[in-house]
Amino acid sequence: MRLAPYVRPVRVRLGASALVAVAASCMALLIPLALKRLVDGPVRDQDPGGVWLGGLTVLVLGLLEAGLFGVRRWLVARPLAGVEAAMRKDLYERLQRLPVEFHDRWASGQLLSRATMDLQILRMFLAFPLVFLVVNGATIVIGFAILLTQSWLLGLVLLGPVLPLTIVCWYFETSYALAARRAQDQAGDLATLVEESVLGIRIIKAFGRHRSQATAFRDRSRQLWGTEMHKARLLSNIWAVIMTLPEIAIGVALLLGVREVADGRLSAGTLVAFLSTALALRWPVESIGFLLAMSNEAGTAADRYFEVMDTPLPPDTRTGTEEPAAGRRSAGTGPADGPAAEEPAAGRHPRRDLSGDPGSGGEGGIRLEGVRFRYPDAPPGSPDLLTGVDLHIRPGETMALVGATGSGKTTLTALLPRLLPATGGRITLDGEDIAAMPTARLRHLVAVAFEEATLFSASVRENVAMGAGPEGADDEEIRRALAIAQCDFVDRLPGGLDTQVGEQGLSLSGGQRQRLALARAVVGRPRFLVLDDPLSALDVHTEALVEAALREVLRGTTALVVAHRPSTVMLADRVALLSGGRVTAVGTHADLLRENAEYRRLMSGTHQQAAEETTEQDPEQAAGQATEQGAGEAGAARAGGEPRSADGELPALEGSEAR
Amino acid sequence: MTAAPGTEATTKAAPGGTAAPEGDGPGDPFDQDLLPAPRNAQFALLGSLLAPARARVWLAAVLLVVQQAAVQVGPLLVAYAIDHAVPALRAGRHGPLIAVGCAYIGCGLAAGGLQRVFIRTAARVSQDVLVDLRGRIFRHAQSLSLDFHERYTSGRLISRATSDVETIRELLNDGLDELIEVVLSTLYIGVLLVVLDWRLGLVTVASAIPLYASVRSYQRRSMAVYRRRSTATAAVIVKFTETMNGIRPVKAFRREEPNDAAFADLNHAHYRANGDALLEMARYVVGSRLIANITVAGIVVWGAYRVAGGGMALGVLAAFVLYLRRLYDPIDRLGMFLNSYQSAAASLEKIAGLLAQAPTVPEPEHPVPLPARPQGAPPGREVVFDGTRFAYRTGGEVLPAFDLRIPAGQTVAVVGATGAGKSTLAKLLARFYDPTEGRVLLDGVPLADLARDDLRRGVVMVTQEAFLFSGTVAENIAIGRPDSTRAEVEAAAKAIGAHDFIAALPDGYDTDVRKRGGRISAGQRQLVAFARALLADPAVLILDEATSSLDIPGEQAVQHAMATVLRGRTAVVIAHRLSTVEIADRVLVMRDGRVVEDGPPSELITASGHFADLHQAWRDSLV
Repeated sequence: MRLAPYVRPVRVRLGASALVAVAASCMALLIPLALKRLVDGPVRDQDPGGVWLGGLTVLVLGLLEAGLFGVRRWLVARPLAGVEAAMRKDLYERLQRLPVEFHDRWASGQLLSRATMDLQILRMFLAFPLVFLVVNGATIVIGFAILLTQSWLLGLVLLGPVLPLTIVCWYFETSYALAARRAQDQAGDLATLVEESVLGIRIIKAFGRHRSQATAFRDRSRQLWGTEMHKARLLSNIWAVIMTLPEIAIGVALLLGVREVADGRLSAGTLVAFLSTALALRWPVESIGFLLAMSNEAGTAADRYFEVMDTPLPPDTRTGTEEPAAGRRSAGTGPADGPAAEEPAAGRHPRRDLSGDPGSGGEGGIRLEGVRFRYPDAPPGSPDLLTGVDLHIRPGETMALVGATGSGKTTLTALLPRLLPATGGRITLDGEDIAAMPTARLRHLVAVAFEEATLFSASVRENVAMGAGPEGADDEEIRRALAIAQCDFVDRLPGGLDTQVGEQGLSLSGGQRQRLALARAVVGRPRFLVLDDPLSALDVHTEALVEAALREVLRGTTALVVAHRPSTVMLADRVALLSGGRVTAVGTHADLLRENAEYRRLMSGTHQQAAEETTEQDPEQAAGQATEQGAGEAGAARAGGEPRSADGELPALEGSEAR
Repeated sequence: MTAAPGTEATTKAAPGGTAAPEGDGPGDPFDQDLLPAPRNAQFALLGSLLAPARARVWLAAVLLVVQQAAVQVGPLLVAYAIDHAVPALRAGRHGPLIAVGCAYIGCGLAAGGLQRVFIRTAARVSQDVLVDLRGRIFRHAQSLSLDFHERYTSGRLISRATSDVETIRELLNDGLDELIEVVLSTLYIGVLLVVLDWRLGLVTVASAIPLYASVRSYQRRSMAVYRRRSTATAAVIVKFTETMNGIRPVKAFRREEPNDAAFADLNHAHYRANGDALLEMARYVVGSRLIANITVAGIVVWGAYRVAGGGMALGVLAAFVLYLRRLYDPIDRLGMFLNSYQSAAASLEKIAGLLAQAPTVPEPEHPVPLPARPQGAPPGREVVFDGTRFAYRTGGEVLPAFDLRIPAGQTVAVVGATGAGKSTLAKLLARFYDPTEGRVLLDGVPLADLARDDLRRGVVMVTQEAFLFSGTVAENIAIGRPDSTRAEVEAAAKAIGAHDFIAALPDGYDTDVRKRGGRISAGQRQLVAFARALLADPAVLILDEATSSLDIPGEQAVQHAMATVLRGRTAVVIAHRLSTVEIADRVLVMRDGRVVEDGPPSELITASGHFADLHQAWRDSLV
């Protein structure tokens, strides 16, 4: 069993607990014997004085049984909880270090059920089946040995149902476990439906889809009902068997026993002892089946657990997590400290260009060379998402990344901090290949604000401070970052910086979340900054304020900013256009607007023309007309090679605008 | 004795179940899980749930009473056999023995058979109750207004409908019949023992006092421990889920090690609580075992003493010993049942509180149909706000008396700063809320008088948060009109410019959004939401910040669709981006719940009001 390393620390206690349990069972089995002595001795002899000794024996045995019961539970309670905790801890730590693709593949619910239910099953397996299969087996053997020595005939009668009962129980438990699992899955589906109907309540209300939701709900809850009734039927059958079979055996034994007592071949005390021993043996016999089924289930649980634990870690992660050295701790305090802190690790790259002067530093900045990427689960035959991206962002420069929906902008941003590994090509930061960098160092250098601003269940302070990495950030730094992101709303929250946010706390609006995520990205004054459409949920006024503040920050860093709108592009020094899996154009906003038809369509579409029609005196008009021509040519050229329906819609839109 | 799995406390913790998030402010009942409800609402709820199953409940009760009688008669027969059949046999009479034997076996068969019927009947009752309860919560949650949803939070609502129902299910499935059985058998045995021999019987009954004390003390102590454990479990689960769901930021900000430490703490707290719970259980089992075994010893001594003295029959003593074994056997489990009973009672109370909430946006009792559109008229309908006032229950008037008429087919853009009341306007028009005063009319019919189906044919709203339901992309679009064909779904997607990205997904329209939902970007989700609205083909379309994540071509596709597919519909468009405004026939500028500017865009741009300023700012951003 692969559980061995986890069980080793507790094996002594487990073994001891099994011994103690066997002893306790023996006590329970001895009580009827003492009873017999009592009945056949003093009672028959009408010797009231002798009763005390027998009574005392019964009492002592009873106390011992209860005490040993306690000892057993006490022996294993903490250690087994410890095994469960240790396994859970290992699972969590492993999962955190597994690559993003792994998490894309596995729903978090699947992982959660491994961390909770499967581990619980394993703990219960160690606590019960493992010990009790041994104990109950021993009890049955000892018990029947006692019964047979008392009276082999009655013993055999009682022994009769043991085998069929065990088999029936085992069979039942196996099919019951199956049904239970199915019921659990169906209950899970039902819960998902409920969850979605609550989370999507606005859509359901907006489209009046109560009825179809309710129908789906009713169908699934009827399904669950069916499975539960199936379970109940199984249960009712097994109970009928469990109650009837032993009773019949005991009834027959009673008949035979009474005859033998009457014939004088058996003492009355023996019969009493016999019947109470038989009762004491019922549970061990019945339990064997379900203990076996539990073991089965535990086997499955262990498989599910190790399925995750056996997923190999990406090669450098291990060293990477150990490596974050104290030497880098100071890096968060200011950009000027950056080079000094980086020096030891990156010493082989002598040239460090932090002047922020674009144009210098061929090695420096962010450089992507022939970067390719495809998702591992992409359908075979489909082209790679990124087919060879070449891009150079000079030190201190801010590059906007523009591209049509689904062109791979967000994927590209995930490649820089190596959340996803590029499947081809090379990415260098200041000349250093990120594939060779320890993860921790890489992610220290690169800070990211994601399109979907995820806040964790923690205070505002902690949520922002985590942007500085494990080193943390002081309040002053946090205040500065919040000011940049225009998070003045924080002061109005009930607990200020200490307000709990996230799933378990105060719910913030999309815009507020986005601003906090932005503050988190800039708090550590990172050398490289990646922002994925950081201003999409902000209104025009706030956007303008954030932009102004962000420009100050961007001046000192090398940044890649995904942009959907001209206003975001304005943050950047230059713009790169991502199209068909590669960067097809780089230049300033004005240049691209003038020279590149696709860019013009993405950034202004027909507005350019529409606006020009309304504002005759616009100085841009001349340029605009020139581009219109270009757009026509480029559009025609592309129409053959690249199917993009938006192009086809262009004339229609113009038509509607002209109306 | 039990073969049923899961009797050893299977605690499935509720994600986010126990921890009450901070709410609006002190004194708000929505801060708590427990909503104000009439006293004893939970009993009324239980009664109404059981009412349809009344016949079955009685049947189950009778079955159980008879079945227990059959079970408990066994030792009595043993006593009879020893005291009467043996002497009779010695006297050569076989009758009593055969009678006893047949009776014993007969009782065994009857007990088994009745148990089988009882379990089925009880399961039927409890499963019917559960289906009913789940359905009620679901329908009620759906009928409650958004106002409620926003204040009660989705997390709490979900845990009412899932984990609280789950606690009740656990009790019904794994405990309740056994609990009743224990109570019933205790009663039977107690009475039988007293009848058999009142002195020994009373000793046994007396042992119930310390046992009861032991159960109570366990209950008290364990409740605290169990509560601590379920809080600890919930904390572990929240941390776990949050980490896995936010794995990208976790990795990007190198949270692995701080997370390891934080998780280790939570996990350790859980380990302690778990161990404590197990130890508490051990204490209880030892305690009750001790009491039981001491009583057995006491009775054996006294009984044997009296049998020896000739004051009692041997068979009676044997019956006592056998009965005692039966009496004390289920005590180990009793404490556990009581626990699950208590938590189920608490859950029921919370659910009753939820169900006691009256929907603030009720269905009309006498719905009025929408007037039919004259042949050939544009599909849009006229919207009128007639003296509409709206204030949130927590206070703060959002819309002071508000009058507005939007002629059929007009496209109105609403602009203004955050908090100006734009979204409230939209929500009133979609009847997510009812106005505090005044009416909102659609073609002259108050929205409150429209049947839900009519209302949704009339008005559809697309919001900023584009939620995707599990299922395929096609199914998500078809929410707009469930009876639509695949061709119609695709046509809607094409019209909105969503077809290309959907076709590029691994399984096209049949791609499951949950499995690869992570890769459908916010903008793409909004396009799906639009396709839904397009398919629904409403008379009035409301867009509440619905284009915020779209890029410009996406936004234009939306505008194009509005100008073509949705042409002639009445439309209310709320947007940060003024690009949307360009297609509007009319612009409303709102401030503090009032319309401060109203007119066609071209007029407002040339005027010198808010809109002109906003427009200039936006133009600048386009440079």
